[in-house]
Amino acid sequence: MFAYYFELGLRSLRRSPVLTGLMIITIAFGVAASMTMYSVFRAVSNNPIPQKSSQLYAVQIDNFGPRNNQHGEPPDELDYIDAMALLKAHKALRQAALYPVKLSVISDDASQLPIRPATYAVSNNAFAMFDIPFLYGGGWGAAEDDNRASVVVIGRALNDRLFHGANSVGREINLSGHNYRIVGVMDSWDPKPLFFDLASNGGFADAIELFIPMSRAVDLQLITTGSTDCVDENYGTGWDAFLRSGCSWVVYWAELPNKADADAYRQYLHDYAAEQQRVGRYAWAPNVRLRDVAQWLDYEHVVPPESKLSFYLSLGFLAICLVNTVGLLLAKFMRRAAEIGVRRALGASRRTVYAQFLMEGATIGLAGGVLGLLLTGVGVWSVGLIFDAQIARLATLDVSLVALTLLVAVLAALLAAFYPTWRAAQVAAEVQLR
Amino acid sequence: MQIKPILSAMRQHKAGVILIALQIALTLAIVCNALFIIQQRLEHLSEPSGIDEANVFVISNQWASQSTDQETDAKIQADMAALRRLPSVRDASPSDSYPLRGSGWDDYIMLTPEQTEKTTDADVYLGDEHLLDALGIKLIAGRNFRVDEVGRIGSRQNMASPVVIVTKALADRLYPDGSALGKSFYEMSKTPSTIIGIVDRLQNQSVDTWKTAYAYQSVLRPLRQDNADGLYYIVRAKPGQLADAMREVPKALYAQNRMRILDPKDGELSFAEVRKRAYDTDRGMAVLMGIICVVLLAITAAGIVGLTSFWVGQRRRQIGVRRALGATRRDILDYFLTENFLISVGGLAVGLVIAFGINFWMIARFEMARLSLSYVLIGVVVLLLLGQFATLAPALRASRVSPVEATRSV
Repeated sequence: MFAYYFELGLRSLRRSPVLTGLMIITIAFGVAASMTMYSVFRAVSNNPIPQKSSQLYAVQIDNFGPRNNQHGEPPDELDYIDAMALLKAHKALRQAALYPVKLSVISDDASQLPIRPATYAVSNNAFAMFDIPFLYGGGWGAAEDDNRASVVVIGRALNDRLFHGANSVGREINLSGHNYRIVGVMDSWDPKPLFFDLASNGGFADAIELFIPMSRAVDLQLITTGSTDCVDENYGTGWDAFLRSGCSWVVYWAELPNKADADAYRQYLHDYAAEQQRVGRYAWAPNVRLRDVAQWLDYEHVVPPESKLSFYLSLGFLAICLVNTVGLLLAKFMRRAAEIGVRRALGASRRTVYAQFLMEGATIGLAGGVLGLLLTGVGVWSVGLIFDAQIARLATLDVSLVALTLLVAVLAALLAAFYPTWRAAQVAAEVQLR
Repeated sequence: MQIKPILSAMRQHKAGVILIALQIALTLAIVCNALFIIQQRLEHLSEPSGIDEANVFVISNQWASQSTDQETDAKIQADMAALRRLPSVRDASPSDSYPLRGSGWDDYIMLTPEQTEKTTDADVYLGDEHLLDALGIKLIAGRNFRVDEVGRIGSRQNMASPVVIVTKALADRLYPDGSALGKSFYEMSKTPSTIIGIVDRLQNQSVDTWKTAYAYQSVLRPLRQDNADGLYYIVRAKPGQLADAMREVPKALYAQNRMRILDPKDGELSFAEVRKRAYDTDRGMAVLMGIICVVLLAITAAGIVGLTSFWVGQRRRQIGVRRALGATRRDILDYFLTENFLISVGGLAVGLVIAFGINFWMIARFEMARLSLSYVLIGVVVLLLLGQFATLAPALRASRVSPVEATRSV
């Protein structure tokens, strides 16, 4: 029966080609616009670490006070004193302090120019915490952190470039004039958005290729390439003065496997801040935050407003296309009132009329979907014209998007066909036979 | 023209009327908001930077090895000497930033050292005595920096500059009577900075919305940034030699010292490229909104044509009767045009409410400005005309229905 209605649908489509074409194009445009924008929206609102996103927490402690903080919110990063105190206390299952630095890979071969991959200085827990995969070796341990050791974890692409993919664990590389021993080679790892440090790169920059111990970076007086926010700029000169200053620049994350752990840790942060108030470091009541990955991405507005705006706009556009299709289908179906009357008089039930016309709607939807798929392809390909290149490259037309495009097109057409079909089924047999 | 019979006829096909009205309403809501976004986005595009855009380019120079501030300063000075010697280069200056970079250093400006609230905010540009010429900006009062006034600023340092040059916009903001030259202000410091020169115009490092209140307000400070990381070199080619200069400068820099990184992607940018990057998203959004508007209007027009044709087909007999009873072709044409006009007006009324609703939502969610009435009016006029034109073809066909049709049975 389905096949028969499908054939009827096809035949009917051919009967009024202009009207049919109009409907197909309308649906195709509506679906293509919304799917293109969805492909961007999907990329930027991606959960970068789904298996752990509810166990990892960004830690914030207000070291600015109510006069200088952001509408009551503590700064995004900790100052060095707080970060080191929290790290030492070790109250979470795992915790990591980190900050982005700039280091240059200097080749022994003097003809090679130095390169500068994305680099982070981290404490040793970061590897286990962020589920960083390893091809060879692994992260370093607490001893290396304590000894400020010159060790490094490098990325797979860098290992390919420097060592042609061979196991380079144990070898040395020169970073900005100092030698570091390679302890691990990461497998491909590039969470997007880079949830743990959104402030300094917006979340969509190049993949990280180097990790060195934060203690070593501090030893070398490497400044953060992320943000540094200071309430008082006159903290004196020199590196030690900077470390002692109240400037916020250290990113801090904690891994807390369940809610009880998170509550306990929040209490600990509160107590810690209260203690700082008691000893006179802070002149205000504790103001701390603990946000998991999803809350953090939301708080940091990682989804660009352009992406949200154009996604919502494209949904509005799809809605208008649907309204238009309803009107056109109504015209098309009602034009065939006589035909329906004859069929009803010949004994066709309302159900069969429903089935036939809905099938016709679905056929239009499918045709619109196929054309829409082509347009979506063009749309995704030209996303770079509208969005930043870093974001545009994340939007892709994959199998799930193809399926979704066709599904949305057929569902939209069915939705649009409901009212016209209902009207068609209301046509009374006797009226038409007069 | 009698409206009453049209209204009662509409009651016969409520669904079609509501669909067209709804479509017009939604189209108006989206089109006038989209037009408004286009205007907001394009507003900044034509703002002048004040610099010699045709000949200026920017090098992002990053040091590959760590060195002391003194060593870094020597390297910068050597680089500058090498660049200024190039035949295609007119002038060059080290700096911390450049106009339209996207972000940068800004300072609160106070008129007295005791102030706790800022008077205003200004972007900070560092450079030596060649900065004005390298950017190609015009000094309209006072003098340029002298060589002996140029100092150094290392990593993690902030210090006041005793002498500064400011933009006219900042000078006028601080001293509206035009007496800024020779006066001082306080730049997040207890030591005053004296204005020794005023330049005509220099755009900010970012054109973000929050910066609009401080547009074109900049302080130029005579400092070389001896940051261990790196800095920008602003280079101005001789007229017509931009391409040569952009080819020669990286070579000259590597010849000086190879321990540096000039990123292949954005290590060297002509100002045309800087401008393009700064406004890419804005232009993209404007293009997107434009496409959506055009397609939307086309689809709405197609919908009106479709449904009106259907009505004309349905009513051929009635039209024939009217014609037989003495109605002229013009009467029939007017009937359909008026019908469309009434539906449009109804739809537009609803559309106005939705348009402002969307705008309020966008103000709350996306910090958009309030929708100005002129955009709504443009939208209303466009949609009324669109409706009339879309109706015209089917209505003309209706007017050609012959009175004989009245005698034909279905």
